[in-house]
Amino acid sequence: VHWTAEEKQLVTSLWTKVNVDECGGEALGRLLIVYPWTQRFFSSFGNLSSSTAICGNPRVKAHGKKVFTSFGEAVKNLDNIKATYAKLSELHCEKLHVDPQNFNLLGDIFIIVLAAHFGKDFTPACQAAWQKLVRVVAHALAYHYH
Amino acid sequence: MVLTHEDCELLQQTWEKVLGHQEDFGAEALERMFITYPQTKTYFPHFDLHHGSEQIRNHGRKVVNALGEAVKNMDHMSTALSELSNLHAYNLRVDPVNFKLLSQCFQVVLAVHLKDQYTPDVHRAYDKFLSAVGDMLAEKYR
Repeated sequence: VHWTAEEKQLVTSLWTKVNVDECGGEALGRLLIVYPWTQRFFSSFGNLSSSTAICGNPRVKAHGKKVFTSFGEAVKNLDNIKATYAKLSELHCEKLHVDPQNFNLLGDIFIIVLAAHFGKDFTPACQAAWQKLVRVVAHALAYHYH
Repeated sequence: MVLTHEDCELLQQTWEKVLGHQEDFGAEALERMFITYPQTKTYFPHFDLHHGSEQIRNHGRKVVNALGEAVKNMDHMSTALSELSNLHAYNLRVDPVNFKLLSQCFQVVLAVHLKDQYTPDVHRAYDKFLSAVGDMLAEKYR
């Protein structure tokens, strides 16, 4: 994947302003609400019976934070995303058996969360760079499936 | 997929905030789509695609007004969109994957402008609605 200087700048400068705790939980919560079939991976998380329950569920928040902390690794290693996610890719394939389509869904949701948080600062160029990043990350996560 | 009564209410309430901005929101969604997914430009070779282009603004207004008709006529969405689905199926022949791309960009526009009012429930309602619209536009393809 080739990143232009402008794309790198758009990705890294926005990331420094992202509240990983808050946005991570919110993105994962929205994933479970907007695409309820993704709940199949989280049956151990307790109450996911309504939007309110999902948004207030501490395990959703904690896992969202974990996912987003790991997303930060992609931002730090833009030129080496495949290798960065090699282990996580194996984990999602072999242990968790996650359909990689779910990575795309989470990526699109993440973009909406950023848009709602940053409003007009989330410009079209910024969206383009981020949409590219979530696509590359989803691809990297699916790369070691076999 | 059926839009629930709750979905319809959320869609209609939220649409109130779109009214008066149809052209701005539509143009922004299209511009975001052309920049984020450049392959979508292939359907608009005759358009001036620069920021602020009259053609994009006009087309954006048309798209958002058509969505508004669908929101107003939830029970007869298929009829409300019939003209558009004929146009897409017989004249434009847009690959249906593009409806999803525009849906994502239109949702980004809603989120950017509504901010925390674009709640998870509103988000789900719009995602369902736009996906239903996409299906209806593609309904007559084959």
